[in-house]
Amino acid sequence: MSTATVHQTDTEKTQPEKPLGGRFVAGAANYIDERTSISGFVKELGRKIFPDHWSFMLGEIALWSFVVVLLSGTFLTFFFQASMVETHYEGAYLPMVGVEMSAALDSTLRISFDIRGGLLVRQIHHWAALVFVAGIGVHMLRVFFTGAFRKPRELNWVIGFVLFILAMGEGFTGYSLPDDLLSGNGLRIIDGMIKGIPLIGTWTSFLLFGGEFPGTDIVGRLYVLHILLLPAILVALLAVHLMLMIVNKHTQFAGPGRTNSNVVGYPMMPVYMSKMGGFFFITFGVIVLIASLFTINPIWNYGPYDPSPVSAGTQPDWYIGFADGALRLVPPHLEFVLFDRTWSFNILIPLAGLGIFIVLVMLYPFIEAWITGDKREHHIAQRPRHAPTRTAIGVAGVIFYAVLWAAASSDIIATHFHLTMEGVIHTLQALLILGPIFGYFITKRIALALQKKDREIALHGYESGRIVRLPGGEYIEVHQPVDEYELVKLVDFETNAPLVVRPDDRGRIAWHQNLRSSISRWFFEDRLVPLTQADIDEARAHQHHTLEHIDAEETAEIQGAHERAGVPDAPLHPIDDGHHGETANRPSNVIIPDDDGDTKKPKKPKGD
Amino acid sequence: MAHEEDALEHERASWKPSPGLAVAVPDPVQNPGLPPHRARTTDKDPAAMKRAVRTVYTLFYLSLAGSIWAIAAYMLFPIESGRIIDIRHNNLFIGLGIALALFAIGVGAIHWSKAIMSDKEFIEPRHATRGRDTTREAAVEAFREANEESGFGRRAVIRNSLIAALVASVAPGIVLFRGLAPESSEEHPIAGDPVALLSHTMWKKGMRLAHDPSGEPIRAADLTLGSAVHVIPQPLAELSHHEGYLEEKAKAIVLLMRLLPEQLPAEHNNLEWAYDGIVAYSKVCTHVGCPVALYEQQTHHLLCPCHQSQFDVSRSAAVIFGPAARPLPQLPITVDDEGYLIAQDDFHEPVGPSFWERH
Repeated sequence: MSTATVHQTDTEKTQPEKPLGGRFVAGAANYIDERTSISGFVKELGRKIFPDHWSFMLGEIALWSFVVVLLSGTFLTFFFQASMVETHYEGAYLPMVGVEMSAALDSTLRISFDIRGGLLVRQIHHWAALVFVAGIGVHMLRVFFTGAFRKPRELNWVIGFVLFILAMGEGFTGYSLPDDLLSGNGLRIIDGMIKGIPLIGTWTSFLLFGGEFPGTDIVGRLYVLHILLLPAILVALLAVHLMLMIVNKHTQFAGPGRTNSNVVGYPMMPVYMSKMGGFFFITFGVIVLIASLFTINPIWNYGPYDPSPVSAGTQPDWYIGFADGALRLVPPHLEFVLFDRTWSFNILIPLAGLGIFIVLVMLYPFIEAWITGDKREHHIAQRPRHAPTRTAIGVAGVIFYAVLWAAASSDIIATHFHLTMEGVIHTLQALLILGPIFGYFITKRIALALQKKDREIALHGYESGRIVRLPGGEYIEVHQPVDEYELVKLVDFETNAPLVVRPDDRGRIAWHQNLRSSISRWFFEDRLVPLTQADIDEARAHQHHTLEHIDAEETAEIQGAHERAGVPDAPLHPIDDGHHGETANRPSNVIIPDDDGDTKKPKKPKGD
Repeated sequence: MAHEEDALEHERASWKPSPGLAVAVPDPVQNPGLPPHRARTTDKDPAAMKRAVRTVYTLFYLSLAGSIWAIAAYMLFPIESGRIIDIRHNNLFIGLGIALALFAIGVGAIHWSKAIMSDKEFIEPRHATRGRDTTREAAVEAFREANEESGFGRRAVIRNSLIAALVASVAPGIVLFRGLAPESSEEHPIAGDPVALLSHTMWKKGMRLAHDPSGEPIRAADLTLGSAVHVIPQPLAELSHHEGYLEEKAKAIVLLMRLLPEQLPAEHNNLEWAYDGIVAYSKVCTHVGCPVALYEQQTHHLLCPCHQSQFDVSRSAAVIFGPAARPLPQLPITVDDEGYLIAQDDFHEPVGPSFWERH
């Protein structure tokens, strides 16, 4: 970018006497641009268009709460001592005075009780971390259920997934730093799990803790992970995540004027700068409000780590719950001695189960792309109902996660609802298997039913809620047509046909083609016939026809009344109830049957 | 949908992405284009615009007040007394000030963008993410020339030896990490051997059982029926933290219970390890190592609060529920001449969670 062009545009846009923003700003901008050619950057991004939808804000919650985590965490590092050196607490909190504890807990107590606002920052940090992971979670759900992970965004999905794992790692390492009773117990569980890993488990634990558990090294090591290694990777990947978002441009929902080849929305400057910036302050403000009103992790109640006591009913931070729940739900007696070695399947099965679950989440975009074989770019965020099988799979996954999560509180559920511990565990074990299955089928049916409802609305209008008695005595519910701008939001522009396997050049059918074919048959089962403009026109014509018919009947009725009254020549005033274009509606069945083998040709919908 | 609308498709002649199993609707519903712009109240009514402007700057001034309040609260609510109520006030009032300061900026900025800034929607075309054909060819050409000039593809020996050297150069770095854990020395012969460390605790023949954490020894006669006592080896109480107090304690903690002798049937219990209905079991869960601290006197079950494994004390602490697979190791006990409970020996198996080399 040559400076000459900048001068040109500057002079073109502004009065030669007074440059935009005044002489100082213009001078500074010129100074910077002559050394960085930043004007090109501003030109590219300054008026970049972003689409608007409330669900696009979920990722921002994650982004901004991470900024809050960074700011509050930096403050805490100025006071926290990541050391397990033994001291006697001499701070302001009287019940702990004289208690032997590590420097880590001592400094955490000092942050809480000896520094004004220190407790506030600690609570901001912890609450922001909880919001951060939750923000990533809901953002991922939004991306999943709208299919926004499809090409060209598969890689960004994987990066986002890694960010989610890193966020949980950050959370756990941070939770363990104060070296209080609860965090020590959390580490004890991690130690036990690591030791259960075949071959490398014992030594991994030994190296991690610098000898026997708990040792005197772990807090310092976790601290380096927590404030250097993990945040560095996190920030780098976050930057790539956002850059790819800009390169790919944001997805948008289908709507009037919104197509796969454009972005409709507001410019980065000034609208999004103001909206996003404002949202940062709202996120920050809400987190500070929570931190000033609600206590979190009151380590002063727990005291220093001691391997002996444990309080019943303690809970990990929410995002670790699913892993703890998996440990609780594993069936009993799953540890064997084989080949003179111990195989702890009571630990390996939860680890493998969670591992497979999260790897499937990470790979889902590639699995779906393989099934559909679709290599085109997709920039329209789908409504979940338009991809019923994916939505059903997603719901099944959410239920699986939720049951594991609930299992982390099995003891609290049991005590609060006066149930037996065994009953709660067995119920959750059954739910872990059955819940996703039921959830899958129910969701798929709901998605298809919603599609049908949209179809009815598109063709016959929406239910106005008015019941009208026709002159002939018939009662109908009247439907009002949906306007054309709403209409495009309701219809899906594409359908999919299951793969029909064909022999290759050598007359063979590869096994993976057969597999793909059967999976695609399952994936696209029970899809609806997509609406065409002809259908819409036909429905409209039909609507007009019906209306004319009703009109004619009405006129005849009124004319008859006139005649009976002996004034056949009286003027005919049609009834005007202020509602036009309304017709009766009858449902129709539009599922494409796959059983006749002729799956390529979408059939004409019956009953329209 | 509407892929054919790609404005730059002619520049990507080689690119015809397959729609896969997707079937385009032959006669798709017409997209009517952007709906006509609807004027907001603030666009139509100058008074409403004035109100919106007032709201925004009021919010920004409110934020200013919040910041000032937060600084004032820092001074007005000291915590030096150490009383909990003062700390609560300090936390609450500084927090409310900062929360107001931030929240008001946020609401003000968003109201500004929604009510005052233009709400005209813009349309920006998308282009395929893939580079133009010419660009891609140039990139391939760059690699080809680099390969040509360096001989990276041709001179396989150089290339492969470089890869081998690079891979090997990582190895010393990995080896250095052995230093994360101590090595064995003459003073500490098993300090570098995790399996040996995990296989022993500090319990020895004749060591007295003592209360946790006071170190007070326990007389068998003082132990009432149905009681459960948290126990450590008597010498442990003397250890300081840097002498390995926590590490020894993590392995040596024991739960001592007294039952009626007939509640310990001989076919399920090793009565030689018990004394007059008194039994001692490791308190470290055999699942992942939480303290099995909850004793249910009526059923003589032990419950681990972490993952709800349950152990039956009347049957050698066998697992009766939950993820744990092995019974809690039993500490063989007896009494000395003065009537104090002592250990007959160390545990006969490693305590705590399972590990690979355990058998």
